[in-house]
Amino acid sequence: MERASREPWKKFLASETWTHAVRALQLLAIDPGLGGITIRARSGPVRDKLFAQFSQLPQPIRKLHPAISDEALFGGLDLTATLQTGQLVSNPGLLEQAGTFVLTMAERATTNLAARLACALDGNHDNFLVALDEGAEPDEGLDPRLAERLAFSIDLAGVSLSQESTHAMIDLAEARDRVVLCNSAAVHQLTDIACQLGIDSIRAPMFAVRAAKANAALFGRSNVEAEDLEIACALTLAHRATRIPEQSSPEPESPPPNKESSEEKDEQTLALPDELLLDAVRALLPDNLLDKLNARKARQGRGNGTGAARKGNRRGRPQPSREGRLSDGARIDIVGTLRAATPWQTIRRNASGRTGLQIRPSDLRIKRFEEKSDRLLIFAVDASGSSAISRLAEAKGAVELLLTQAYARRDHVSLVAFRGTEAELLLPPTRSLVQTKKRLASLPGGGGTPLASGMMAAFEQAVHATSRGLTPTIAILTDGRANIALDGKADRKKAAKDALQVATILRSHGMDAIVIDTGNRPEPALRNLAQTLDAAYLPLPRADAQRLSDSVTTILGD
Amino acid sequence: MPPFPFSAIVGQDEMKQAMILTAIDASIGGVLVFGDRGTGKSTAVRALAALLPKIKAIKDCPVNSAKAKEVPDWANLATKKSVTVATPVVDLPLGATEDRVTGALDIEKALTKGDKAFQPGLLAKAKRGNLYIDEVNLLEDHIVDLLLDVAQSGENVVEREGLSIRHPARFVLVGSGNPEEGELRPQLLDRFGLSVEVASPKDIETRVEVIKRRDGFENDNAAFMLRWQAEDAAIRDRILTARKALIKLKTSDKTLNDVAELCLALGSDGLRGELTLLKAARAYAAWRDDSALTRAHLRAVAPMALRHRLRRDPLDEAGSGTRVARTVEEVLG
Repeated sequence: MERASREPWKKFLASETWTHAVRALQLLAIDPGLGGITIRARSGPVRDKLFAQFSQLPQPIRKLHPAISDEALFGGLDLTATLQTGQLVSNPGLLEQAGTFVLTMAERATTNLAARLACALDGNHDNFLVALDEGAEPDEGLDPRLAERLAFSIDLAGVSLSQESTHAMIDLAEARDRVVLCNSAAVHQLTDIACQLGIDSIRAPMFAVRAAKANAALFGRSNVEAEDLEIACALTLAHRATRIPEQSSPEPESPPPNKESSEEKDEQTLALPDELLLDAVRALLPDNLLDKLNARKARQGRGNGTGAARKGNRRGRPQPSREGRLSDGARIDIVGTLRAATPWQTIRRNASGRTGLQIRPSDLRIKRFEEKSDRLLIFAVDASGSSAISRLAEAKGAVELLLTQAYARRDHVSLVAFRGTEAELLLPPTRSLVQTKKRLASLPGGGGTPLASGMMAAFEQAVHATSRGLTPTIAILTDGRANIALDGKADRKKAAKDALQVATILRSHGMDAIVIDTGNRPEPALRNLAQTLDAAYLPLPRADAQRLSDSVTTILGD
Repeated sequence: MPPFPFSAIVGQDEMKQAMILTAIDASIGGVLVFGDRGTGKSTAVRALAALLPKIKAIKDCPVNSAKAKEVPDWANLATKKSVTVATPVVDLPLGATEDRVTGALDIEKALTKGDKAFQPGLLAKAKRGNLYIDEVNLLEDHIVDLLLDVAQSGENVVEREGLSIRHPARFVLVGSGNPEEGELRPQLLDRFGLSVEVASPKDIETRVEVIKRRDGFENDNAAFMLRWQAEDAAIRDRILTARKALIKLKTSDKTLNDVAELCLALGSDGLRGELTLLKAARAYAAWRDDSALTRAHLRAVAPMALRHRLRRDPLDEAGSGTRVARTVEEVLG
């Protein structure tokens, strides 16, 4: 019944996404203190059209890209100009200039960049940030640190070009100067709703209050009114919800939260009833809220920013310096540079007529460092029925011991479980052991053994990790009784063949692996698999997880 | 816009208390604030900066020297005039390079003038003040190592690019982070004097109050600052009074005994726990304007001084705060 009454609104509101996006931009233009907006959409005509909307804003647009260097952000030395003129020439940083910042491919932004931008947003109430999130998977997205500081988030998926109309950005100067008051009942109400939606951060209701005030200013009011609250809830709270609020009373038949209905309301009763506001939010909650929440949790766990690519020249064991261009935070070898420039001084002085040291960009020597990247231990745990009967608990114990050691070595860990017909990523790479342990403890056993799928999932993780600069090792814990093939069909023969095939793929990619046999008796097929993988094979010693973890440590080396 | 006034922060008493204690006695060694996003960690740190009493320092000295003879040679100051400056609070951003933290050869000068000059880094700037690291648990390991080394020795040594510079670097480390996003190495944990855990307030009334104050702060900044000015000044005065009272405060052998017993019972590593607990308790007594140190003071500061020093099972999910509280009950009765 709840669904039925929600449906019509949903349709109504789906076409409203566009209106919301435009409104959010207007509110940001009125009050940049709202931080900004995340626009989740693939590049396409709809996004371009929205982009055209905020091109009409008075401030110039300054594009940031995920690989932007600190020099470009905060300003720094303009090396070429400095060397050419012999005078200090510095570049102003992008963040120091007024403008609307647009972060393209926001899902690719590193933790470091997100932290810097978050810090810049904290101290800056004149500029706002538009993050264009092109994430394809639910767990891909803007860094939560940064997302937290942006008031709005709009998902343009499902908006088609025909639906939206162009809105001219009306002149907002007047609205910007308007002082709007928000009475205490309204603040109370917004806070209450945030709580009911399970939003813990206090920033959310703060943004809601600001958004309500900006909306009132937009319509030339000097007091916050019901419809302002409504739009504020929809824009700032809906996407932060972590739970669906309980429905205390049956929903009224037809209260669509559009303007007509609120205009009928007595101007004096300022606040809408809570129920109505909640409904406005509820209607905006995505159908797959729970999936999204899980994905969000997983994303939080990703944590440590040290997973970034490690090709840099900033640290590690020093190597001889090389000729090169000074770009993107590369460190210059001053002594080497001076040494390279010295022989040419007389000639250059004569040629240019300038006195003093003369260095050309070609003299620059760049420092190089070699370093080891962080290690990632991917556990592929067999939680199938056969395994559960035999020794799942022991395998869990072994993994826990390995985790403790991973902690000591500052390794990252990741957890993949396979049971039934498919493999599941329980935890993306993280250093948070508490989380890993929680996920592991709650791992149930039962079902078939899709060994090949499990290895495939672990392999995907490993490839992904390699691209992020980690060095992955896959630890497969299974009893080896593969009976589900890659396509999910129960076929023991094909399952074994698939497993061997995946093993060949892994080996051809040079993945390090360990196979731990958790069966009651060592399984010859598993030894065979380990050989194909070029991996160490360890039968799990009975009830002696400590010994297992010792041997794994020895194999991994240190 | 000036930072949000410290006294206007609603609730979060333990965090505020911990920050005040380090302001009274800098040798306690900093505060670590762990909590979720949006609990007011950064706000409190920046508010503290405005609250701290001003210090006397030599004008333009890169390491904020108190006396003229302490100014390092490489600073090349023409005049050494003493002026009153605000206590420095320096942000150490994530992803800061080693050069920026320790200081390095001044590339601009080297390339344009051929001078070999030292460009001081963040550690120099933070001397006698606070070094604030947001998201400290995401800081790269090599920067953490470097900070540890400097925090321990109180001296920053730069040996690179033909430079050999050392300068004193005593500062208070203030770190904040979200425990969900990764843990901090125990070596660094131990280096923080106090640690507190914050959460956003759970009841509606408090949350409403937080938002109202924030709204007031942004709406009518001047009036809001004026409203809280007196209270901030009162705290500042109390800190100054407490600093003086600290010198005269008596510590009985019995209390020392209690401190040692407590730390033994908890099995905290090393002696840093005892020292910090004692210092924090003394600062707390001075803040309360009490003339002697008692068990009540120990009880009040034990959780924040010890909770991060327990030898901890990395897989243990329960907070160590409760363990400290239980042991305090057992030992002090």
